[in-house]
Amino acid sequence: MKFFSKNNSFKGGVHPSEYKLLTSNLPIERLPNPEKIILPLSQHIGSPSIPLVAKKDEVTAGQLLAKENGAISVPIYSPISGKVLSLGIEDTTSSFAKEAITIQSTGNSEITPFPKLDVENISDTEIRERVKLAGIVGLGGAAFPTHFKLTPPKDKIIDYVILNGCECEPYLTRDYRLMIERPQDLIDGFKLIMKALNVQKGAIAIEDNKNDAFELLKDIVKYDQSISVIKLKTKYPQGAEKMIIKAILNREVPPGKLPIDVGVVIQNVATAISVYEAIYLGIPQTSATLTVSGLGIKTPKNLIVPIGTPLNDILEFCGGITEKAKRIVVGGPMMGITQHNLSAPVMKATSGILVLTEEEINQFEQTNCLRCGKCIEVCPLNLVPTRLAQLSKLEKLGEAEENGIFTCMECGTCAYICPANIPLVQWIASGKQKISKAKKAG
Amino acid sequence: MSENSLINSRFEIAKSPHIHSNWSTKQVMWLVIIALIPCIISSIIFFGIAQIMIIIVSVLFSIATEALIKTVRKQKITINDGSVIITGLLLALTLPPNFSLVSTAIGAIVAVGIGKEVFGGLGFNIFNPALVGRAFLQAAFPVSITTWTNPNFIDGISSATPLSLMKFDNKFEPINSLFFGNVSGSLGETSAIAILIGGIFLLATGVINYRIPLAMVLSATIFGGIFWLINPTNYPNPLFHLFAGGFLFGAVFMATDWVTSPLYAKGMWIFGITIAIVVILIRLFGGLPEGVMYSILLLNGFVPLINKYTKPQIFGREK
Repeated sequence: MKFFSKNNSFKGGVHPSEYKLLTSNLPIERLPNPEKIILPLSQHIGSPSIPLVAKKDEVTAGQLLAKENGAISVPIYSPISGKVLSLGIEDTTSSFAKEAITIQSTGNSEITPFPKLDVENISDTEIRERVKLAGIVGLGGAAFPTHFKLTPPKDKIIDYVILNGCECEPYLTRDYRLMIERPQDLIDGFKLIMKALNVQKGAIAIEDNKNDAFELLKDIVKYDQSISVIKLKTKYPQGAEKMIIKAILNREVPPGKLPIDVGVVIQNVATAISVYEAIYLGIPQTSATLTVSGLGIKTPKNLIVPIGTPLNDILEFCGGITEKAKRIVVGGPMMGITQHNLSAPVMKATSGILVLTEEEINQFEQTNCLRCGKCIEVCPLNLVPTRLAQLSKLEKLGEAEENGIFTCMECGTCAYICPANIPLVQWIASGKQKISKAKKAG
Repeated sequence: MSENSLINSRFEIAKSPHIHSNWSTKQVMWLVIIALIPCIISSIIFFGIAQIMIIIVSVLFSIATEALIKTVRKQKITINDGSVIITGLLLALTLPPNFSLVSTAIGAIVAVGIGKEVFGGLGFNIFNPALVGRAFLQAAFPVSITTWTNPNFIDGISSATPLSLMKFDNKFEPINSLFFGNVSGSLGETSAIAILIGGIFLLATGVINYRIPLAMVLSATIFGGIFWLINPTNYPNPLFHLFAGGFLFGAVFMATDWVTSPLYAKGMWIFGITIAIVVILIRLFGGLPEGVMYSILLLNGFVPLINKYTKPQIFGREK
């Protein structure tokens, strides 16, 4: 097995301190309903949804508040009953202010489910329709509309589906908790995903630091030939799509291409739970399961919260933040986004809220690049981060593009390791922005 | 509203990642300094406590040169990152025992001034600064830099190094003396075991990569071995090449210098292999008994070219 697991990985990567023990043994708790929720119209990749309610409207839990706008878009449902306070621009956790519906709660969150489906005899079209109706987005981070991913173009042949349970970001334990608390729901959801895609072979990928989840899921599918549970090396960014596909199938997704171009669809384990809930229980995606952690929060927790819940309510429920709190991050520590406004809301794909202290951030004074090559050694995509950052700094944008700046997924591995503490990801991201801007202008 | 909260926020706004490894420039430099301690000890054991003066003078003048240049150029003084201390130590350890302290100081000034600061300081220099200083001294004081004192265990004022014995007298020093270091030679270069301890420490802590030292060792073994097999009475065996002169010291501490060695895996192999070939050629056929310094400096000059042609293939891109 050791020998085997050696193959199940990718080149490069890093091993940051996990800090998963802060929350890995804590069952998912339900947050009491917040007084007010803020629902941005764009909680997904694609066009923002179109609002269907007006100020002062009374809404009930499960009511459709905004409908999808085109193929790459999703509807949004109200997680609670209440009254529309406003429709306007609000700060969100995604670093941009967006149009949002704000609702004053009346306390009820009982959702009237969608009509029951005959799950035994359900067709692939019915699954996709229901996933679309339920407004499900991928919960791995990108928040891509799931129904769209389940409808690949005719010319792409999909032969493999991977359910991503790697959870390679430090601190986060949402996926782990879902895997051990709801393994059967997860497998049922995964089977629906496979059925929607008409694919016979699927794998659940789990890093070897979550052995109990691995054993549990493996036991459930032991008589099922179509699903295998695969243990991968614990290494960041093992959960990145390209890295998982490389580790499991030894296929490489070319720069600028997607997993479907090599015949693979990847879904997060939490997304499989959403699919299960939409089809078995008839519930739309109106809540987010997430990890609240970091050394700057008094009582770290795994929570299930209504979407739209302001960060403040959640942090308060977790005992509040300590004096030492220095950064509030939504997402994981490697790719998450820092927050300045704690009234910004949790969105569908929010997987974690971290309150980090100086000790964890561990930032040193920046020095010149020492050409140590560590960033190159760890880059999972074989890029030369130090060069890309330099080209971006010097505004040699053409050369940056030739050197693969858009292949960079900003996983942060390079900046994490850099002894000179150069903000490599920041430079690369700004280089990408400059190129995109120039292309738009010219 | 959002603008106000931005100003009032006590929380940092920063681009990911929000955590960092323990690697820092300062930490790395101090690890290298620690790795050099066995060599410093061996130089004192074999050549006497007086040699500490050469080390002190070299380090102090290195520091002073950097401080002076940074002050004149109105740049931040970065001595506490430790890199200039390494330059001073490396230079001192490549000098012969009882070398003139004045010359040592001059060497240190050249190493830091011309080897490093002229290029813009840490990270920008093309050539290994310590070797630049050493090369300057070799050119300026060719006699005193090749005047070798015997180690303490053997009485005598001056003697030939194992490499000059090999070159000019066709005599080969026994390998076990080379291994422990009680032969004549540069301060820190004679004791293979001291260098290996430092090298293992650097490998274990991840400061240096195995590729360059391994490439050098393998290449010298094979290339030197070929000549030995052809004519064992004229040419020394490969172990002699590895343990004599500055080969190991160069492989562990000089050729692995981050700033002046190649960036990519393939380039590191090419760099290491070529250095060792040039060393063997100089030792066996050149005018000088030793060639480690010149071959590393020569290959330093090729690093940009090596980097250009050894860039890794981007993940998923067609070959």
